[in-house]
Amino acid sequence: MTAVPISFYLVLSAALFGLGVIAFVFKRNIITIFMAIELMLNAVNLAFVAFARAHSVPGHPETDGLVFVFFVIVVAAAEAAVGLAIVLALAHTRQSLNVERVNLLKF
Amino acid sequence: MPILNQLWIILALPLLGAAINGIAGLSLGRRWSNSAVNAVAVGSVGLSFLSVCEAVREFIHLSADQIPVFHDYFTWMVAGTFRAGFALQVDQLTVVMLLVVTGVGLLVHIFSVGYMAHEGGYYRFFSYLNLFVFFMLTLVLGANLLVTFVGWEGVGLCSYLLIGFWFLKKSAADAGKKAFITTRIGDMGFMVGILLAFATFGTINYGEMFRAVSGTGVETSFGVITSICLLLFMGAVGKSAQLPLYVWLPDAMEGPTPVSALIHAATMVTAGVYIVARMNPLFARSPIAMLVVAVVGAATAFYAATIGIAQTDIKKVLAYSTVSQLGYMFLACGVGAYSAGVFHLMTHAFFKGLLFLASGSVIHAMSGEQDMLKMGGLRKKIPVTFYTMLIGTIAIAGIPPFAGFFSKDQILFAAFAGPYANKALWALAFVAALITSFYMFRLIFLTFFGKPRYDEHHVHVHESPWSMLAPLCILALLSTVGGWLAAPTLWEGPDHFKNFLDPVFASAAALAPQVEEASHSLELQFSGFAVLAGLIGLAIAWWLYLGDPERPKRLAKSLGGLYTLVYNKYFVDEIYGALIVTPLMRLSTKVLWHVVDEGMIDGTVNGAADAAQAAGGQARQLQSGNARSYAAWVIIGAVGFTALLLVLLGKRL
Repeated sequence: MTAVPISFYLVLSAALFGLGVIAFVFKRNIITIFMAIELMLNAVNLAFVAFARAHSVPGHPETDGLVFVFFVIVVAAAEAAVGLAIVLALAHTRQSLNVERVNLLKF
Repeated sequence: MPILNQLWIILALPLLGAAINGIAGLSLGRRWSNSAVNAVAVGSVGLSFLSVCEAVREFIHLSADQIPVFHDYFTWMVAGTFRAGFALQVDQLTVVMLLVVTGVGLLVHIFSVGYMAHEGGYYRFFSYLNLFVFFMLTLVLGANLLVTFVGWEGVGLCSYLLIGFWFLKKSAADAGKKAFITTRIGDMGFMVGILLAFATFGTINYGEMFRAVSGTGVETSFGVITSICLLLFMGAVGKSAQLPLYVWLPDAMEGPTPVSALIHAATMVTAGVYIVARMNPLFARSPIAMLVVAVVGAATAFYAATIGIAQTDIKKVLAYSTVSQLGYMFLACGVGAYSAGVFHLMTHAFFKGLLFLASGSVIHAMSGEQDMLKMGGLRKKIPVTFYTMLIGTIAIAGIPPFAGFFSKDQILFAAFAGPYANKALWALAFVAALITSFYMFRLIFLTFFGKPRYDEHHVHVHESPWSMLAPLCILALLSTVGGWLAAPTLWEGPDHFKNFLDPVFASAAALAPQVEEASHSLELQFSGFAVLAGLIGLAIAWWLYLGDPERPKRLAKSLGGLYTLVYNKYFVDEIYGALIVTPLMRLSTKVLWHVVDEGMIDGTVNGAADAAQAAGGQARQLQSGNARSYAAWVIIGAVGFTALLLVLLGKRL
């Protein structure tokens, strides 16, 4: 079985990340934006794993990239916990999930 | 030698007096009574005078190689090879100045006790006066140019403070500023002179400078010694109110009369003469500078005397007279007769101090009136003032055996027959002597003779208290006998004053061109001439002011324009105003203020602030409050940064 080349993973990762970015910038619903962030984080995770795999030699597995992925997952979980709490608070006060309307902190 | 070894005591006493009166007067207010002020002020100057007397007693027992007495107390400033110590010295010239400053200073302090008794700010006046004595003593005791300069500026400050003592009166405040600013023009020259002296000799100590210069001969062309001399003389011209910087002195009469007597007649204004005499080894090496000094002196002596003719304010007459007499002192220095100049300085301190104090007594008696045209007939009412003032007048007119005769006679003779004799200058000084006698007797006749020209019902003329009359009597005595030190010259005897001072001027005398010793009969003839000039002046004044009261008016009318010119002091104030003050004001307002200050300096500062504000105003639009736009910026930044990295790294790859 021939291994899938690393470029495939990277292209997929970049595509997912790009989608995340586009969604982040253009979507108004704050839940969707959250999902866009998750998408970006996981796109990066994919790249990490791909690199870890690519740099491993038989007998000497490369684990740095894998460890990073766990860090990212932990941070993402924490972020989701705080973020969703904020979303709930917003939904309570504004009766809306539209981020366009959360713009008081400005000049 | 307790005092000569502790010279600082002489200085410290008046400074302490000034500090005590100043601080106690400020903090205690009315509880610091006038008698306490008197005790401190008069006491400190009195003690200073006593210590000077003791110093002089010790000084005359010194042998020649112990003179000058020199003490370097501490290093004041060091910069590279430049070192200035706080150093004091005493030589014969200093001794004369010390006696004049503390002696006349003490008398003026005593006089002021009576004169200023009813004035507000009593402690302030005496604090300034003590401070003045301190600075004047610093000036004459200083052993290098810088210490002298400190005293020089200090007396200028005290002069400013005391001229403007009644600072609520605008004319007094203005006069103070005028004095300060005008003398500052000269002081700039003085300062450059000090720097040039250091650059030339590598030291500013008098003794070291004179040793450094002793090897060099007379400088015939305009060289560095001439430059130093002329720059220092520039300072002297400002301080001693010579042409063309004399204008501040007449205005300085806005100050209280004791101030005029002490600062603007006896001591401060003679600082210029002192510095020229002090620097005599340098001046002697520069005939050009000597000539300048002599010409300025003689011209001022004549010029100021002519203005004195037509003044009606009693103090203004004395002010112009002072300018004129200072001119004589410079003439003496300029023709190489330094000791005659210092002699005149001393006698002038006596008789002009006396005249000013007496005029103060007259003004006191007239309850503040200074216009002589509103006086008259005061002779019987204030006899002590009259007789003392008459003695001062005779002394200044140069009539023997009073003090002014001896000193003025020496100056005139030196101008005619001395080593740097100049007949034209002598003629000028001779005519000035005649005019001096005329305007001084005019003052006496207008004030004390004739019918009263004031309202006798309103002005209660009263003789001054004894605290004021006693200094007058002492000064009158000094004005009488002060010149007798030189009296033996009349019968070919020694001139004690000149012999005493000669060591100071020895090197200058050695350099002077050799002239044939004038015969004694010529000298006597000249004395006769000088007396004659005084008597002619007296006679003219007598004829004009003791005869028909209409006569002066008729004469003034027949002189027409000339009288107007003199009466208005040659319009010099107006000319200076038009040529210097107004253009300067205009330049300051129109260019320096509105263009440079408001336009350029404020413009730059405000412009920078405005630009920052405008840029911030634009930049803050970025903070829209829309989280997605921030994200967009982050992405744009990331993309841009990545692109930049690619471009930069791409070259290497």
